[in-house]
Amino acid sequence: MYSGYSNFVSNVDTAFIFILGVSAIFLVGITAAMIYFIIRYNKKRNPVAEEIEGSTKLEIIWTVIPTILVMIMFWMGWKAYIPQRQIPKDAMSVKVTAQMWSWRFEYDNGRVTDTLIVPAGKNVAMHLNALDVIHSLYIPDFRIKEDLVPNRKNSMWFNAPIVGTYELFCTEYCGLRHSYMLSAVKVLPEAEFNAWYAASAQPKLDSAAAAVPGAAGKLIVQGKACIACHTADGTKLVGPSFKGIYGHKVTVVTDGKEREITVDDEYIKQSIINPEADVVKGFQKGQMVSYKGQLSDEEIAKIIEYIKTLGEKE
Amino acid sequence: MSGNTSTHRMPSYLEYKGRYRGLAGWLLSTDHKRIALLYLYSQTFFFLAGVVMGIFMKLELIAPGQQLMQASTYNALFTVHGLTMIFLFIIPGLAASFGNFFIPLMIGAKDVAFPKLNLFSWYLFIGGACIILLGMFTGDGPPDTGWTFYAPYSLRTNTNVVLSVLGAFVLGFSSVLTGLNFIVTIHRMRAPGMGFFRMPLFIWAMYGTSWIQLLATPVVGITLVMVIFDRIMGIGFFDPAKGGDPILYQHLFWIYSHPAVYIMILPAMGAITEIVTTFSRRVVFGYKAIAMSSLAIAFVGYLVWGHHMFTSGMSETARLVFSLLTFLVAIPSAIKVFNWSATMYKGSLDLQPPFWWAMAFMFVFMIGGLTGLVLGSVATDVHVHDTMFVVAHFHYIVFGGAGLAFFAALHYWYPKMWGKMYNKRVANIGLLILFIGFNTLYFPMFILGIMGMPRRYYDYLPQFATPNFISTIGSWILGVGLLIVIVNLLRPKKVSQEEIDNPWQGRTLEWKVQSPPSLENFEEIPVVEHGPYDLVK
Repeated sequence: MYSGYSNFVSNVDTAFIFILGVSAIFLVGITAAMIYFIIRYNKKRNPVAEEIEGSTKLEIIWTVIPTILVMIMFWMGWKAYIPQRQIPKDAMSVKVTAQMWSWRFEYDNGRVTDTLIVPAGKNVAMHLNALDVIHSLYIPDFRIKEDLVPNRKNSMWFNAPIVGTYELFCTEYCGLRHSYMLSAVKVLPEAEFNAWYAASAQPKLDSAAAAVPGAAGKLIVQGKACIACHTADGTKLVGPSFKGIYGHKVTVVTDGKEREITVDDEYIKQSIINPEADVVKGFQKGQMVSYKGQLSDEEIAKIIEYIKTLGEKE
Repeated sequence: MSGNTSTHRMPSYLEYKGRYRGLAGWLLSTDHKRIALLYLYSQTFFFLAGVVMGIFMKLELIAPGQQLMQASTYNALFTVHGLTMIFLFIIPGLAASFGNFFIPLMIGAKDVAFPKLNLFSWYLFIGGACIILLGMFTGDGPPDTGWTFYAPYSLRTNTNVVLSVLGAFVLGFSSVLTGLNFIVTIHRMRAPGMGFFRMPLFIWAMYGTSWIQLLATPVVGITLVMVIFDRIMGIGFFDPAKGGDPILYQHLFWIYSHPAVYIMILPAMGAITEIVTTFSRRVVFGYKAIAMSSLAIAFVGYLVWGHHMFTSGMSETARLVFSLLTFLVAIPSAIKVFNWSATMYKGSLDLQPPFWWAMAFMFVFMIGGLTGLVLGSVATDVHVHDTMFVVAHFHYIVFGGAGLAFFAALHYWYPKMWGKMYNKRVANIGLLILFIGFNTLYFPMFILGIMGMPRRYYDYLPQFATPNFISTIGSWILGVGLLIVIVNLLRPKKVSQEEIDNPWQGRTLEWKVQSPPSLENFEEIPVVEHGPYDLVK
């Protein structure tokens, strides 16, 4: 409460305290009255009831007073919320893209990260998009949340004055690994952020690094969030791990029938463009979107090259 | 009107032998009381199935990491738990069982207006349930969308969504026809002298409920058909990839599904009003206020659905208006709570098990209702939306409210329905354990939500571990309490006729006939000359 982690926290928390405070008074008051009545007017102590049909005065009192209280609650909630919709013009802008089950943050200079990195004390606007289903961006410490809906331009903003790392969750149920769709917000001192931002236009590979086989493919695999489901270390997540898969024989399910194939260039390409066609046995269908149009043939070739570097056989 | 109870007894509806004997005598009976029991038994069965699923979910969540099932199993489990509890238990709820049984008895009628339609509604209910069950065991496995079927996820997942949606669609017809039947019954079949303001308040609550069932259910029916069309024919009403709008789906879904909460809770409030009044042994306080608040809830309840969508990207105006209207719907519920408490004032309280159930209801319902204020205010809702706070809130309302009222009504009308009596001491012990378990199970979820733990989470970060652990312990306590309550109800003892005809000294019409009632309820249709709760010397 009142942590001050974002510019919205104190007003939202005041609304919380008012609503929960009034609620607690009513709960305790009415419960106490009920207990008193049970003791005072039980059959033994009060053998004959008094037939009271009602009281217009009381009905008016307990209609009007709660109405006034809830209108105050409504107004406090609204006043605390409406600044969240008024994005300042000078705000630094970040494009947020969500897909099953990863976050992608893209900055104006083209830098892409999977963690939201922002300068302390600066206004940050987030422009939201989702590639597959609805996701929701939630930063509990900042008291903000907004859905990412495919083909819909939602946005949100905040100003985080205190340096630190804060959790970022997806709160709209989005399938198998919904509960692992986590990221973080790193709030850096402004100077440190500026240094990071200036130094870090999208890490272009220098020629020496590019010569390392698979390096370019690795960047693509990270950038397109393939690694949310396919690991490079043999761990089984939603899809098969890339490790040691190339040249390996696997059983796949094609149109409900099992058959054995060898993982080669053709199969990897097919799995990227048309992932439903041949699903490796033991994995669920319907988890992966087609990357047709999102990846060029050249990029796919680089991914294949990267997968080759992860070992041909176990 | 002082009763034909002691003069001579007719065969009860349980003993009565008509054209069909044995099981067929039940499955083909158009007697509203037998149909009510058909509903009651099938609903209770689904409720217990839902409880078992809930206990397994809590077991998975006892600690971070995988405990006993995979994420896909857990996701299917919370979906099927929701489908079962909502569509098969609590939407038919008290209306289908106790409404069917007691509307004719409380208004002095021999049956509902359309008895055959009534039986047909039960078959639609069972038919819909069977389709949902079929969907769980065929195709690519049970749905994993959550009971809300949000598009576009529900259009993309490979699991068996179509059959579940179709099942819910069929159940909708059962609900619409039951609502229609009750409205006509209440309008046309009241005993002579029973004006609208001489109806018991349970009937007022049922009247409001029936209108919601009739008017809101078709909206979700159309929506579910659109989902089926989207999935089978790929039309794309809700699919953004085809130019459709997933937000439209949310609007259409909640236009029904928020009023559906009032379908669940209004009959519950009606039953609680009867119980509090009877055990206070006096006239109800504020009859008209309670009656009108039922209609107000039914009406305003239509206009608040947008509070489920405060983070969806709706316009600011929509967020403002829906927040304002949501706060207005809180008022009639508050009025009911005040009038119930005032009814106890200067009463002569008979502290029997149904009364304690009503008290338990009032306490948890207040927590459920008051935490609803947090969800009505936009700023606070945005923080706890789609977190465990929401899970806690609606379990306090739906299980703590409607569910506890279901059991309160069961204990209240038990002697009337079966002509037997349960062990009262055991009933109280069971309730106490259940009440402790309930709060241990659900209260920690409020804290988890405020801490920021999202809902529909198979796994969670370590800082959420302690409240989750306590919650799981609560689920076991709740299970034990529930077991005691149900076993106790299944083992009634026979008592003297006086103890079952009107054991609680109820003043409404159903207590003026023998227990269990005869096939046609009243040998002679009574003439009503005073208010439902007036003391008649």
